[in-house]
Amino acid sequence: MVSGAVFFQRESAMSQPSISKSMTSGESGLAVVFAATAFLCVIAAAKALDAPFAFHAALSAAASVAAVFCIVNRYFERPAALPPAEINGRPNYNMGPIKFSSFMAMFWGIAGFLVGLIIASQLAWPALNFDLPWISFGRLRPLHTSAVIFAFGGNVLIATSFYVVQKSCRVRLAGDLAPWFVVVGYNFFILVAGTGYLLGVTQSKEYAEPEWYADLWLTIVWVVYLLVFLATIIKRKEPHIFVANWFYLAFIVTIAVLHLGNNSALPVSVFGSKSYVAWGGIQDAMFQWWYGHNAVGFFLTAGFLAIMYYFIPKRAERPIYSYRLSIIHFWALIFLYIWAGPHHLHYTALPDWTQTLGMTFSIMLWMPSWGGMINGLMTLSGAWDKLRTDPVLRMLVVSVAFYGMSTFEGPMMSIKVVNSLSHYTDWTIGHVHSGALGWVGFVSFGALYCLVPWAWNRKGLYSLKLVNWHFWVATLGIVLYISAMWVSGILQGLMWRAYTSLGFLEYSFIETVEAMHPFYVIRAAGGGLFLIGALIMAYNLWMTVRVGEAEVQMPVALQPAE
Amino acid sequence: MKAILTLDNLASGLVTTIWTPVFVAIFLAIIAYAFWPRNKAAFDEAAHLPLREE
Repeated sequence: MVSGAVFFQRESAMSQPSISKSMTSGESGLAVVFAATAFLCVIAAAKALDAPFAFHAALSAAASVAAVFCIVNRYFERPAALPPAEINGRPNYNMGPIKFSSFMAMFWGIAGFLVGLIIASQLAWPALNFDLPWISFGRLRPLHTSAVIFAFGGNVLIATSFYVVQKSCRVRLAGDLAPWFVVVGYNFFILVAGTGYLLGVTQSKEYAEPEWYADLWLTIVWVVYLLVFLATIIKRKEPHIFVANWFYLAFIVTIAVLHLGNNSALPVSVFGSKSYVAWGGIQDAMFQWWYGHNAVGFFLTAGFLAIMYYFIPKRAERPIYSYRLSIIHFWALIFLYIWAGPHHLHYTALPDWTQTLGMTFSIMLWMPSWGGMINGLMTLSGAWDKLRTDPVLRMLVVSVAFYGMSTFEGPMMSIKVVNSLSHYTDWTIGHVHSGALGWVGFVSFGALYCLVPWAWNRKGLYSLKLVNWHFWVATLGIVLYISAMWVSGILQGLMWRAYTSLGFLEYSFIETVEAMHPFYVIRAAGGGLFLIGALIMAYNLWMTVRVGEAEVQMPVALQPAE
Repeated sequence: MKAILTLDNLASGLVTTIWTPVFVAIFLAIIAYAFWPRNKAAFDEAAHLPLREE
């Protein structure tokens, strides 16, 4: 009722426009669609077969009503004409959705790192599970992985892709409501997925845990994301499509294909959360790891390589070392990555030739990975001194070094004999985190440190000194984390395969668990440092927006006299 | 395993085999495109693209 009153006041305040104002077809269409969705969700909530489904249906109904309100409210607030594509011959870049995604990235990042710290502590001290189902390791673990990969990483990718595609095409982002639909819709997906995990809703596929209704919603959001990105490229003013956009496009298209392939599932009922996947047995396992490894290849690699190719040249003020190499890097990565998945299924029911194929392609991936790393690092040539003075650039460059390190380690671990020692041990966890914390984390931090002042129109960051602190605290955290996991993993692998002189296994499983305890404590300490670094960053970015000095831009009013 | 030469076997054999040379050919064409001397100037300009802002 209160909102209704505000609503009408705004309408009356707006009732003296000079030109006639009407809703765009997007505004009215989307408002109607969301109103209908709200109605359907209320019915679904009433007929729900299980409590989590009822909760999610009610949440979706509330969100749909909120969406209708926001669309109509925005209509009354805005001037009659939509924002122009250009002002004084310069592109009128759309920064709103980028700001939203940057903020959400920081929010989810801290949440995800915190949950990571909690589950690391639970592994060291199992009593921290408190015997409560909602915060048991099994439910918090997918919450951690989804929060850091899809919520933090995803928002960083959406924010930077919307920025880079506009700037490198020299054109305003396509669509009026569509970019907002993408950023808000994506974060609503995260909310449904995350609360689902806590309530025990999962389809038990690693990195693809959300159930069918969340998957359907993500499909819609993702298609709109693709359309916004493509439409912006199509109306570009710059004839050449910059290499970063190729990487972003590969990321968006491939994630769509992977998502549809791996989530082909049939719900038990349209009023329940449970579904069964279409594939069975080893086909399901192969589909899962085709998905899982290419989520690494196209979400955590291609997307963030796009960041590397735009933000490092920009920050170092140097051109890309070799644009030719970037083209070959791109296509070699695309051609090879898609086949590497079977290395997750060594020594399983998967046919031997498929395992060997996965291993072979993983080893071949060394070349594009290192080609890309060299291209990123050598972009610094002629500007190496900046590493001493600019901690943001240092963060970006160290991330590329970590990329090189983890893409060396990955192919090595995909070799079957190495895998026989490393698989199912903490070595894998160490490998993943050298990539996730070192490469994806640092390149994201570096990008956000650049992006926030640009998007909010600030001269620079609030404090470079705090960036320096963030860099060293987080680096120390990563080193503690990955070295603890290497030692723990190799120890674990060797203990599992140790035999006595009589041919019996030397250690029981619980003895290996006991041996890992000190490393679990070190790992948790490393994760804690990484979280502290992110908190320093959040404060720094907050202060940049709050008290940072505005960049003086040529004011629109100061045009030369005619 | 498919010893009998039928149109079906021939077709499926071709389809499953042909993508290897096709992909290799496409990739070689991409390398040629990247290193084609006439493209060098355009690529050098593209390398500067992030630095040309407005």
